[in-house]
Amino acid sequence: MKETGKYQPYNYFQLMEVSLRELLVEKGIVTEAQVAATVEDMRNRTPERGARVVAHAWSDPEFKRKLLADGTRACEELGLDVPALRLVAVENTPAVHNMIVCTLCSCYPRMLLGIPPDWYKSRNYRSRAVREPRAVLAEFGLDLPDEMKIRVHDSTADMRYLVLPMRPAGTEGWSEQQLAAIVSRDCMIGVAVPRIA
Amino acid sequence: MGGLPAGRVEPAEHDNAEWEWRVDALMTLLTGVKGGKKLMTVDELRKNIEALGPDAYDRMSYYERWVSSITQTMIQRGVVTTEELGRKMEQIEKRGRE
Repeated sequence: MKETGKYQPYNYFQLMEVSLRELLVEKGIVTEAQVAATVEDMRNRTPERGARVVAHAWSDPEFKRKLLADGTRACEELGLDVPALRLVAVENTPAVHNMIVCTLCSCYPRMLLGIPPDWYKSRNYRSRAVREPRAVLAEFGLDLPDEMKIRVHDSTADMRYLVLPMRPAGTEGWSEQQLAAIVSRDCMIGVAVPRIA
Repeated sequence: MGGLPAGRVEPAEHDNAEWEWRVDALMTLLTGVKGGKKLMTVDELRKNIEALGPDAYDRMSYYERWVSSITQTMIQRGVVTTEELGRKMEQIEKRGRE
């Protein structure tokens, strides 16, 4: 962490952050080093982690079975820590498309995708994803056939969802690395599907 | 807000500013995810965000709501007092001007 919150003009809320943090440090509740390490940790958590899980599930049917049965355990098997949370992987099929939202706040499978994008936290997405998911998906450029069912999963503080997209045709024989490269963050939120370039 | 009418979803992305990352880190640390003492829960974060009022979404940014809520929770839990916080904020502002 380069900038450590030294004392330049702050707005009210930045001032609140510095003040709260310094008080917590003085009281021995957290240390600056812990804060810095946690930030570093969060920066390193990117959607590539989730893509690795998806690519592995596409390549290894036994892992896929485990992932769908117990997402937390399956991720731990890959060395990905899912602290104190239940991770539920939901599988897209030709009949059902899944998407995730948090209507209450901004719960998100951070351990696999990093911090959520702004739009995921927005009032518009959170309000409409559960009411008119098809229209929302169309705004993301995803037009699904009318007969395909859309299932919207509302995340909670201790239950997070991850969409397991369908493996596109034409990827037979691909390595897990090649597969992971076509699994974007939005595919795992369910507002996109993987495509071969 | 789930189910309420609302506008088009703008595909906005956002790079956290340093202070925003730190707010996020404080939340992680205070909820004991890293094995430290558990001094608040995600539900308290949400409760105190909701207590900011229905227009908080329009007035405040995401991490502004978070830092307000975390601070409020720490006051409610008696971890810090309003006086300590007020003094600290004043002190830091002064330090900034020097």
